[in-house]
Amino acid sequence: MATEAHGTESSLAFHPMDQFRITPLFGDGAVHWYTVTNATLWMGLAVLGVVLLLVVGSRGRSIVPSKGQSLAELTYGFVYKMLEDVGGKDSVRYFPYVMTLFCFIAFSNILGLLPLSFTPTTHIAVTGVLALLVFVFVTVLGFVKNGAKFLELFWVKSAPLALRPVLAVIELISYFVRPVSHSIRLAGNMMAGHAVIKVFATFAAIKLIAPVSIAAITAMYGLELLVAFIQAYVFTILTCVYLKDALHPSH
Amino acid sequence: MATETHGATEAVAMPQLDFATFPNQIFWLLVTLVVIYFVLSKIALPRISSVLAERSGTIMNDISAAEELKLKAQDAENAYNKALAEAKAEAQRISGEASAAIQADLDVALAKADAEIAAKAAESEAMIAEIRDNAADSVKVVAKDTAKELVAAFGGKADAKTLTAAINARLKG
Repeated sequence: MATEAHGTESSLAFHPMDQFRITPLFGDGAVHWYTVTNATLWMGLAVLGVVLLLVVGSRGRSIVPSKGQSLAELTYGFVYKMLEDVGGKDSVRYFPYVMTLFCFIAFSNILGLLPLSFTPTTHIAVTGVLALLVFVFVTVLGFVKNGAKFLELFWVKSAPLALRPVLAVIELISYFVRPVSHSIRLAGNMMAGHAVIKVFATFAAIKLIAPVSIAAITAMYGLELLVAFIQAYVFTILTCVYLKDALHPSH
Repeated sequence: MATETHGATEAVAMPQLDFATFPNQIFWLLVTLVVIYFVLSKIALPRISSVLAERSGTIMNDISAAEELKLKAQDAENAYNKALAEAKAEAQRISGEASAAIQADLDVALAKADAEIAAKAAESEAMIAEIRDNAADSVKVVAKDTAKELVAAFGGKADAKTLTAAINARLKG
């Protein structure tokens, strides 16, 4: 972190956002699209985490599972049941896709809590692409599966006829806002927590406040662990909800 | 928020809004997603789902096997009970037959004994009748002798023929 460039001993240097900077892993050049950066490293570590949990964990294939296999089956069952409950029976075809999203977000979030780590999901570029992928996929799927009937999603049949055009406009807007809220919710939650921890950490430089600050960091860390998991869960369950809308558009 | 810049390469307050890094992030994100997707859909998910299916299959098999064994145990119990009932009936039959045979033997023996007893009784009666006849004759003889002696003692001379007739008449009387 580039804190040395700054001020004297007396003034505190707040750089809570420095942890989100994207820097090349090797050398110090510009960040091209192919440059291996810290984002690349931590995405790669997320892949490694997924492989360790789901591939290495399940390698025993035993009827009576080991600890690792139980964890892998638990993760599998958790996402599978979520998709089945929320999206319906016919949505389980898209299980690998949903599982990919969940695994990537969960591992990015949780690995991001390691000290000195980088969290890809704090970046709107990443969560935006994730949300847009879901949005485009769901929209295309909706039209492919239902044709023009997919537009019934915006035509609330249970409402009085006079209200329907108004509702249609609202529904349409809310539909297009989905990827925005979907992505900003995740990035915002992750970024805020990390930034707050960093601010508390800066306060720890003052002797008098240090104990309070460290206690606050510990508490925030616990909360962030929860948030890391919950945000992955929320992103996934919203994906399931959108999938359900695409498969069964009528209200 | 720390909005001041510092001596690093980038001069953006929020690195999230540094659009120069977007292509890089998006590229590596897509690579990551594709890798995870293939690892999951080709290796991890089929394996885990097959393990889960196998486990539920094993559990079902075990449960049905247990039910089968339970049925077998019930069958065995039923067979045992049936065998026991048959054995009891057989025992009853055999004891019934035995007692009937004994009864028959007994009846035969009793009939034989009765017949023997009846024969003996008839024989005895005959003997008693004979003895009685003999005794009556003996009484006649003794009476005749005694009467002759008495007549003789009274000084008379008893005619044998008259004496016998008188005695017979007396005995009949």
